[in-house]
Amino acid sequence: MSGTLPHLETQNLSAYYGTTQALEDVSIVIPRHQITMIIGPSGCGKTTLLKCLNRFIELEENARVEGKVLLDGENIYSPTVDVTEVRKKSGLLAQRPYPLPMSIFDNVAYGLRIHRLRSRHELNQAVQQYLQVAGLWEEVKDRLHCPASQLSIGQQQRLCLARGLAVEPEIILGDEPTSALDPVSAQHIERRLIELKERYTIVLVSHILRQARRLADYVIFMYMGKVIEAGPAHQVFNYPQHERTRAYLSGEF
Amino acid sequence: MRWKWQYLEEKFMQGLMLLSFGLILLSLLLILFTIVSKGLPSLSWEMISQTPKGGFYLGKEGGILNAIIGSLYLALGGTLIALLFAFPLALLLNIYLSQRLWADIVRLSLDILWGIPSIVYGAFGFTLMIFLGWRASLLGGILTLALLEFPIMARAMDEVIRRVPPDLPRAAYALGSTNLETAFLVLTRQILPGIATAILLAFGRGIGDAASVLFTAGYTDRIPNSLFSPAASLPLAVFFQLGTPFPEVQQRAYSAALILTVIVLGVSLTSRWLSHVLDRYSIH
Amino acid sequence: MSGFSLSTPQSAVTRSYRSQFDRLIRRMFWAFSALPLFLAVSILSALWVKSQPILVAHPLAELLLGSAWKPQRGEFGFLPFISGTIWVTVVALVIAVPVCLLTAIYLSEYASGRLQRLIKPLLDLLAAIPSVIYGVWGVLVIGPWVQHSIAPFLSQWSHIFPIFTATNPTGYSILAGGMVLAVMIAPFMIAIAYEVFQTVPLGLRQASLALGATRWQTVKYAVLPKAISGIVASLILGCSRALGETMAVLMVVGNVPQIPRSIFDAAYPLPALIANNYGEMMSIPLYDAALMTASLTLLVMVLGLNLFSILTLRHVLREKK
Repeated sequence: MSGTLPHLETQNLSAYYGTTQALEDVSIVIPRHQITMIIGPSGCGKTTLLKCLNRFIELEENARVEGKVLLDGENIYSPTVDVTEVRKKSGLLAQRPYPLPMSIFDNVAYGLRIHRLRSRHELNQAVQQYLQVAGLWEEVKDRLHCPASQLSIGQQQRLCLARGLAVEPEIILGDEPTSALDPVSAQHIERRLIELKERYTIVLVSHILRQARRLADYVIFMYMGKVIEAGPAHQVFNYPQHERTRAYLSGEF
Repeated sequence: MRWKWQYLEEKFMQGLMLLSFGLILLSLLLILFTIVSKGLPSLSWEMISQTPKGGFYLGKEGGILNAIIGSLYLALGGTLIALLFAFPLALLLNIYLSQRLWADIVRLSLDILWGIPSIVYGAFGFTLMIFLGWRASLLGGILTLALLEFPIMARAMDEVIRRVPPDLPRAAYALGSTNLETAFLVLTRQILPGIATAILLAFGRGIGDAASVLFTAGYTDRIPNSLFSPAASLPLAVFFQLGTPFPEVQQRAYSAALILTVIVLGVSLTSRWLSHVLDRYSIH
Repeated sequence: MSGFSLSTPQSAVTRSYRSQFDRLIRRMFWAFSALPLFLAVSILSALWVKSQPILVAHPLAELLLGSAWKPQRGEFGFLPFISGTIWVTVVALVIAVPVCLLTAIYLSEYASGRLQRLIKPLLDLLAAIPSVIYGVWGVLVIGPWVQHSIAPFLSQWSHIFPIFTATNPTGYSILAGGMVLAVMIAPFMIAIAYEVFQTVPLGLRQASLALGATRWQTVKYAVLPKAISGIVASLILGCSRALGETMAVLMVVGNVPQIPRSIFDAAYPLPALIANNYGEMMSIPLYDAALMTASLTLLVMVLGLNLFSILTLRHVLREKK
């Protein structure tokens, strides 16, 4: 596979909730194995764009999508595509961690089991491996069979990361994944994400500019449902081309 | 003076409310007290461990084991069959049809079924059995009870599932789960306490219902040995024995009533305890 | 280039076995989800079909308004049973409605949170008690009470209120049936009325209290008007429960097929008619059709009330969410 082809690409993507348009003609590329951050004021369509990338938008009531989202050149909205495969290829980190109602072990093993990994030995190994990648193993290795709801919220978010990685996605989508966490836990997650971009394409939504400056390799700035500017991070942050981007970066709204 | 009138009215209404509330509590206590005090004296090991002997309904020896076993068979069978239909219906209704007109119609139909009097279920079940050429039997009683319990269970489960925050199925979908996996592997785990409560609620309703098994299950002094033999039940044991003119037999009706009450209250308490135990893995 | 492989080396374009199965079940679920509607319709139509013989032989008006019940002679007048049902239900409501309403208001507006949490299991418990048990209680406590205390007391005023005339020497009467029913439907009505009161926004109460109203005035002028449609619906739902209740009423109401004149008369409600005669009616022509018509009449009365209250409650309770 060519590493130069964009991993994800949207073409003339529009999204509607009922009659209100949330995304307008969005055409962007998301480079492979980098951290792409979608920034912009609240209500600008950041989260909607993210939801379009794994077809989560379909779970919203009367939402409608036009245009294409290409994953390795394949339109994920084509009617022949299996939506569960699309979602398997992209792990999601939500704003608030939402562990499944089962034990810590089963939370990670769940995805492996539904995707046909059944042997006890392999499961044990895989669960340990992904908990280590998420930086949670040392804290939970003695209580793997306790309910996941007993973990602290920061630990829960790392559990959700491990759970998402366990289904071996190619892309990690994060919807302000640190916004509900304390500063230490947030740092923990950020560090993991930087490590993980070696192997994964990461797309994050954030409204914290400082975080975007810390993490982003590629930046997409949105305003009122439209993409105003997109490009490599240093370029957008240091030499914004557009008036609105300049205004946003200087904190005018 | 206006403020004084307000004050009096407030006190008066509060008094009335407390009175009403007290009346309700008093009724509950009075019912339990009556059943226990009347039922205990004639309650014996023989009552629970033996079937009626000859002349039982004239006050001779024997017990109501036939009715206890019959009731358990009837209610267990009915609950099991109702569960088989109610659980997938409630679960998939929320996964496949949430927020649609058809889902509303399904829920409305369940509410309507829930409100149909049990005597009408009995008449319907009996008609159906005549049509099929069946006689009053355990199976007939079980099916009629299943009909009666199905809407209760399905609606109770539906209410529980609707209270699950949408983030939970989302987390499952994000991992590439299909609808079915989300429903049966994830949602089910979350609502386990609610499922247990719904099952026991329906079971309690089934074991206490007399009007629906009156013609469909029949009554017999023997413990049913097949699905096609008639089956006695506790509510009917109470009803029939109370109707006899012999004080000894009426006494036994009281203890049968006590046994039935203990079972039903036991089921109710078990469901509280179970829902507490099963709550361990649920996310709040 | 990508350094790792997916555990299932398949492209997203081919649908996995799991997803195909999911789609199959989804299609089949349409048929399955029609089950409740199908059941409701089949119960109605079965009763309708089985009542046909008598509906063909006698005009409906004659059946519903006739007061003679002599199956052996082919006379089937339902009026005694219909009026018996209505009498018992009305008496039950007259007793239960004020008590339940006041209790629900107390629980929702006055009681502490701890009491509210305590009372719910208690109501569930009360609702779980089988109707036969209420019947036993009625026979043991309510019947004698009506016979020895209430009837002699109230009949003193029978020249002013003819409905208090006590000609029935036993306690098995409409009043006994109504009282037992009232206790039976109480937990049910309280629970729903309480839920309806809870849908009234807190701000409304605070606004009223802030204007210097007492709590009762707040209930009277702010909470009740806002909740009234839901409250009416919950009371009607309780009423339809009362209409269909069989065993408990049957055991204490006397079962005499007459048109009642006083609350101390015996009555014979529709459910009791069905329960007492079903299974023994095969030898008399049209008897089973008559009992089916009785079931159908009962079902139609219950359905009418239920449909109204369910739709109202659904609207009221959903507004909150």
